[in-house]
Amino acid sequence: MKKVLLIAVFALASAVTYAGGYRVSLQGNKALAMGHTGVAVVNSSELVFFNPAGLVYLEDKFNITAGAFGVFSNIAYQDTSSGANARTDSPVGTPLYLYASYKATDWLAFGLGVYTPYGSEVKYEDDWAGSHLVNNIDLKAIYIQPTVSFKINDKISFGGGPIYVTGSVNFNRNLNRTLTDLDGNRSNVTVDATGVSNWGWVASTMVNLTENLHIGATYRSEIILDAKDGDATFENVPNSPLTPFADTTFDASLPMPAEMTVGMSYDFLDKWTFAFDFNRTFWDVYESLDIDFANPAIPDSKNARNYKNASIYRFGMQYDATKMFTLRAGYYFDESPVQDGYFAPETPRNDSNNFTAGLTVNLGEHLQIDASFLYSHFKEIDASYNYYFENGVAVPFSGTYKTNAFVPGLGLTYKL
Amino acid sequence: MKNILKYTFAVMAIGLVSCDPEFDSPVTDEGFYTSGTANLSKYVAVGNSLTAGYADGALYITGQKNSYPNIMAQQFAFAGGGEFTQPLMNDNLGGLLLNGTPLTENRFVLAVDANGNPGPVRLAGNSTTDITNHLSGAYNNMGVPGAKSFHLVAPGYGNVAGVPVGAANPYFVRFASSESATVIGDAAAQNPTFFSLWIGNNDILSYATSGGAGVDQTGNLDPTTYGSNDITDPNVFGLVYSQQVDALTAGGAKGVLINIPEVTSIPYFTTVPTNAIPLDAATAGALNAQFAAYNTQILPGLVGIGFITAEEAALRTINFSAGQNFPIMTDDDLTDITAVLQGPPFNLPASLATLLGQLRQVKSNDLIVLTASSVLGTTPDPSNPQGVIGVSIPLSDQYVLAASEQARVTAASTAYNATIQALAGAKGLAYVDAKSALASVANGGIPYDGGILTSQFVTGGAFSLDGVHPTPRGYAYTANLIIKAINDTYDATIPMVHIGNYATVTLSNN
Repeated sequence: MKKVLLIAVFALASAVTYAGGYRVSLQGNKALAMGHTGVAVVNSSELVFFNPAGLVYLEDKFNITAGAFGVFSNIAYQDTSSGANARTDSPVGTPLYLYASYKATDWLAFGLGVYTPYGSEVKYEDDWAGSHLVNNIDLKAIYIQPTVSFKINDKISFGGGPIYVTGSVNFNRNLNRTLTDLDGNRSNVTVDATGVSNWGWVASTMVNLTENLHIGATYRSEIILDAKDGDATFENVPNSPLTPFADTTFDASLPMPAEMTVGMSYDFLDKWTFAFDFNRTFWDVYESLDIDFANPAIPDSKNARNYKNASIYRFGMQYDATKMFTLRAGYYFDESPVQDGYFAPETPRNDSNNFTAGLTVNLGEHLQIDASFLYSHFKEIDASYNYYFENGVAVPFSGTYKTNAFVPGLGLTYKL
Repeated sequence: MKNILKYTFAVMAIGLVSCDPEFDSPVTDEGFYTSGTANLSKYVAVGNSLTAGYADGALYITGQKNSYPNIMAQQFAFAGGGEFTQPLMNDNLGGLLLNGTPLTENRFVLAVDANGNPGPVRLAGNSTTDITNHLSGAYNNMGVPGAKSFHLVAPGYGNVAGVPVGAANPYFVRFASSESATVIGDAAAQNPTFFSLWIGNNDILSYATSGGAGVDQTGNLDPTTYGSNDITDPNVFGLVYSQQVDALTAGGAKGVLINIPEVTSIPYFTTVPTNAIPLDAATAGALNAQFAAYNTQILPGLVGIGFITAEEAALRTINFSAGQNFPIMTDDDLTDITAVLQGPPFNLPASLATLLGQLRQVKSNDLIVLTASSVLGTTPDPSNPQGVIGVSIPLSDQYVLAASEQARVTAASTAYNATIQALAGAKGLAYVDAKSALASVANGGIPYDGGILTSQFVTGGAFSLDGVHPTPRGYAYTANLIIKAINDTYDATIPMVHIGNYATVTLSNN
């Protein structure tokens, strides 16, 4: 009987989940206003991220641009069979970026970028219907990227550099659907790891087919964040040998997938620019999230993710309205990497339609204020996560999700 | 520029204000779920321990929060249901005090002993719920643990002065509106728009759990003369039950009536096997030798003088064999042969005559109660290793619900259920066949999104550690049954719960 109980309790404990589709495409106010295009747009040092090869074509010798976004994202969940419902109360996410470029010679430029392309911050009410999958998560990754850019001639250039990533994750969920202490407080675990780092790289090229038509391509490598000896803290666990969940450490790996971008931009009618980017994010590296607890009494947690590679189609327009104002607008379609049956509530991403707008205000020769706004629209979707198990039996967590996101952003650009 | 900025910020502001994503049809919208022809705004639940949320041999806060009426009330809230209050205990230990003196025991928890074996133990700790701390106000949950059908209409059932002599109920004392109040009166006084009534279980259950120690009072119409373990006369039940339904429907309330399950559906009667005594061939042979004269001379002799029937003689024949054996027991339904054995021609000594007085072996159609597991096979006198309960010392009658006793329980509950169903039909109330539903749990189980709910003790998920009362998951299953009946009867669409979200037994080592 003891064995049966042990299995029962342990099987319930194996569903730590991390964010899915945790790519945050907010790497520049100018680009975001144009649907986050930019692999072939030469207008600022945001190129450090979008296409390092283009830096060498910037007119000014020195460019620095920095900015931030406020991510107001909301998830609503409901299950019409039981009436269960929930809304996230996520803190406002604040992705940042800082890019600088220096044109050393006519054919050589250097750059440095600091940006946050991956992350997730979601907070449900504790003990909500899906609390056995996630109560809250805060995933952060900061990319630091020194860059070199050189041109062969006015038609073609190359760029790239190493990337250093430092990340952190804090994640809490209940151990299962029912386990509590004597007073009915749900047993839960928090895994926390900070200062998780690794290296990657970026390489890109830009081709100026004509004076007005540019094409570009950027590849950013996959970077796996291997958390070692993170802290796993268990709370409200019954005092019983059948639930040996003592605080321990854990190892886990979280991939930041590789991303390939190709695109073009076309300048027309003197003041207009049209841009198109195609992103392919190689999410298939994210097959499963396995958490290896150091304490051998605590079974490791294996969580199927089985993401698929996903594409994003981006369209942007720029209009130099006056000497003072540059106006931008854009749209992109963001394909979800989450497959049917793997729809987990920590980042319930289905395909989204995204609308962007923004402007730059030129305050004199050197200073610009960049503002942008993004609205992400997700269709209401009936979905489920089918890979949570109790006693060896899959217990799907299903329901209807409706999510959206509003992202205002503000930045400053200084050039010499 | 000013205008452009203005416009930009206006758009942003609108965006931020309308941030919350809205479903096309949110479950929280009025009208998404409906109560049909019922009005759930004031729901009052009337009953016994099952209604109170009693589990693990005690009433405690988390158990009360998982009472079926509270689970239902949370679902009712989607369809116009109002607030639902319960007379919550003071702690999660569960014991009651009377002026500081413990009155009832704490709850059971599942603990693991030194050998690694899990089993129910009473949770340690000093309980803090003194029944003299009277709760004010009326409570939607009028479940009173221990109440029988006629108790609900008995004035003074909540008078603390009656508790020491067994004339009042300590749980009702806590929240009775006055010393002379009745449970049904306090329930009806709340003017419910909707009610549930589940009463009558204890009218047979205490007889059954005491191994038939009480008396079948069928034919006795005066419940004030009943002992606590007696079976209530079906006519008494019918009378008080219809009084209760009348009281609850007097204001036009709709409601649901729930019938009485079979005791054979609960692990208290199904966990300990009837043939629990393992013997090797040598021991079995030695025991048979000891009973040889009894089987072959005394019993035929008694039949010969017409003191017992041949049928009874067959029932009383003792036979052991290698393997699993039926324990010996005392059965007070047998003819008492103690006296006759001491006279001629048997001339047995008093001690032996007493042992054989109402002796038989347990039969496969008897039920051994859960509490026998701590007694069977033990040697109560350490100096006498031969004195093994069930082998050489008969198991007391209180541990066995004999087939004959089961028949009385079944007859009474069948009569009660006929009354309940007839009243539901006559009054147009929803009716829940809990008897059939619990029988399904006991026979094969009920699949849910995480396994199968069965009545297996400890591991089955449906029953708490007292073997009688449901777990939160068992109560959630019950709540779904009742909601379904309400939906069917009143054209309502109250959503059910996922029973897998409700806990089973609680683990804790003291």
